[in-house]
Amino acid sequence: MNFKHKYFFLFPGLFVLIGILIFPIIFVVRLSLSGWNSYNPGLDYIGLENYIRLFTDDPRFWESFFRLSFLSVTTVILQYVIGFALAHMVWKDIKFKRFFRVLFLVPMMTTPVIMTVIWRTFFHESLGPVNDILSVFGVAPKWLTDPVIAKFTVIIVEVWQWTPFMFLLLLAGLLSLPKEPFLAAAIDGASPVRKFIYVTFPLMAPISIGAIIIRLIEASKIMDTVYVLTSGGPGTSTETSSFYIFIKGLREFQMGYAASMSFTYLIIMIISLTIIAKVLTKVLLKE
Amino acid sequence: MKTCLTAIISSLMIFSPMAYADKWSDQFPHIKATGDIPGDCSYEKMSKKNYKGKTLKINTHAIPVMGEPTALHAEQFEKLTGAKVEVTHTPAGDLYSKAMVPFQAGQAPYDVVFGFSNFINDWKRYLAPVPKKYMNSPEMKDVTKSHMGVSSWDGTMYQYPVDGDRHYLKYRKDVIDNPEMQKKYKADTGKELKVPTTWKEYGEMAKYFNGWDWDGDGEKEYGSAEVMKKDDLMFAAFFSRSVAYAKNPRTPGGFFFDLETMKPNINNPGFVEALTDWVEATKYVPPGGTNFGLGDEIGSFGGGQTLFSFSWDDAFIAAMQDDSPIKNKVGAAPLPGANKVWNRVSNSWENQYNQAPYIVWGWAVGVAKKSKVKDMAFDYLCFFSNGANHQADLAIGRFGVNPFKNSDFDPNIYINSMGWDPEIANSYTKTLLDMEKSNNRVFPLRVPGVFEFTSAVATGTSKALAGQLSPQEALDEVAKEWEAIVSRVGKKAVQDAYAVGVKMEDNKL
Repeated sequence: MNFKHKYFFLFPGLFVLIGILIFPIIFVVRLSLSGWNSYNPGLDYIGLENYIRLFTDDPRFWESFFRLSFLSVTTVILQYVIGFALAHMVWKDIKFKRFFRVLFLVPMMTTPVIMTVIWRTFFHESLGPVNDILSVFGVAPKWLTDPVIAKFTVIIVEVWQWTPFMFLLLLAGLLSLPKEPFLAAAIDGASPVRKFIYVTFPLMAPISIGAIIIRLIEASKIMDTVYVLTSGGPGTSTETSSFYIFIKGLREFQMGYAASMSFTYLIIMIISLTIIAKVLTKVLLKE
Repeated sequence: MKTCLTAIISSLMIFSPMAYADKWSDQFPHIKATGDIPGDCSYEKMSKKNYKGKTLKINTHAIPVMGEPTALHAEQFEKLTGAKVEVTHTPAGDLYSKAMVPFQAGQAPYDVVFGFSNFINDWKRYLAPVPKKYMNSPEMKDVTKSHMGVSSWDGTMYQYPVDGDRHYLKYRKDVIDNPEMQKKYKADTGKELKVPTTWKEYGEMAKYFNGWDWDGDGEKEYGSAEVMKKDDLMFAAFFSRSVAYAKNPRTPGGFFFDLETMKPNINNPGFVEALTDWVEATKYVPPGGTNFGLGDEIGSFGGGQTLFSFSWDDAFIAAMQDDSPIKNKVGAAPLPGANKVWNRVSNSWENQYNQAPYIVWGWAVGVAKKSKVKDMAFDYLCFFSNGANHQADLAIGRFGVNPFKNSDFDPNIYINSMGWDPEIANSYTKTLLDMEKSNNRVFPLRVPGVFEFTSAVATGTSKALAGQLSPQEALDEVAKEWEAIVSRVGKKAVQDAYAVGVKMEDNKL
């Protein structure tokens, strides 16, 4: 029988793939080889000029990349630890289990930009409630205006917003674990701590790796929180790669240069996340 | 005789503008102070237009500054003409790109685009020139010469005037003019408490009045509210502080660049001195003040939190609104100057007093060349700035609509319609008028790729404010970036465009 007609059924998917993935990447690469900006719109060809500028004359891009690495790794570690703790808590038979399961998901259901505006109001140093309360104890941290503290403010907001996502994945993982290893551990008289270290955690390793990688991918795109909370300031102390690319591309309208940064950033992320996934697999799964 | 008089008075009431005023202000309370004011785009005239079935799309700033009046006048325009008006609100930093992306792609998702007037060089090729019938209208004839120039390029008007901006000093009159405070200040510092005429005096007074309850309202007050948030128009605040030290009337030929060589002046000792003052100012702003955007500055000074502020009119108008706790307790004055000014030709300081107004221009709005409803779009803009709307908008600080018509400088408007103290109204209009008359003004850059230049200033100065770099290092970095931008854009293109601004600064236009 001739089954060649089956290929026609692949076309819709293929068109979508080309339209939303392949074409934009090719266009970005082509754009990165042009000098498109506000006064010179168009895909002229300037060779590798943008890449040479990026690698030889733009320390701000690399600073923002290392800052992003710090912010994303820190937030994901915190989200993993807190998310795991919360998932573990509601995995057990506790009172109001269902209520807590829904409650812990609420931050994720809110709109990030709106929530960040609310957080900005909370952390407002002269009008916000956080410093109002803390002033009772004689402290008033500069949440948004101190270069070091501002980084932690971004981390707090990110952790609050996205821990529920980690919680959801890890809870789903916990609920899918087989019961036998836990029964065996109980018969052997293992304490809750030993049960967690020797049974729960190893069984959860594959899911943990997946959850961490997914969150790292998301966290590496952190933009809205920075945009609303600090605009990358004070100075450039909270500026991340995506925010910097946004500034160059959509504020200053250096489209060609922003495209070269985006493509470089994409390559770096693919390589680094592959390495991280390999390392995590080696460490957690002991492969 | 009595009957005859009554008949005359009645007919005068019916046919006079005030009769319309009553009618329209009942329906549109926004103009209750004046009623409709006759003109080409008055409420009466607009009510005769029929745009039913047509849609006007507008991209404007976020609420409240300019975004609120845009939306309000859109709603009124809909009611009067039957048009459908869709208003999109965009943060200040994204107004440029929100219009430029579709412009460059050959599309017109918005018929009307709001932005800053210094975008004109990049936007003009995508905007429709203002038609002659609006240019010849009495309302347009009332626009000041400098704002006609601001809205035009090479004699063609691309931006419809809806706002006129300049930076000046606002201060708490009830403190500065208070004899008890003057005595206390003198006793504590040995100096006179008066309206500061130099940035050094400004800093000393702001520091003295920082962090204590000097107005007895039970809350701490602070020295100064300033736009220091990165990318939120902070570059304009920095230039306001720089003009005193770096705009030397004896060295024409460029404030930002040396027009002949196009070498940036931005890192010369004049600008460095201004940035050094600004870094010092981080010590006398309210908590979180280094993250204040324009809205925060308006709220802070307008709400009575600080002694001083400088930037656009909005904070002053907010302070003078009926609901303000400090109505009629504030004063307006020219930007402080300096006791020395940098001479970039002799490469030395001149030890003499210098003051220079910074005409920041302001909000600008244009109609997309590719719009299919250009007539309606221009009618909307004409309606936006008609006499009644303009006077009502001027009275609301958060609207961001500031004087740009010759008739706006009449203090009686503010005394009669807005209940201002005559002394304050006079000082306000005099401050603005003196700026128009000054021969040492600075205008913002209007060169290709303007956003790259101002963004570099915002990044550099914010690094200095955050303590990441010294003022000299920060401005050296900005100068290096400016040189790179000039080289990328093309020296000639920047030079030609900059020459137009320099002519204005050197009083040759």
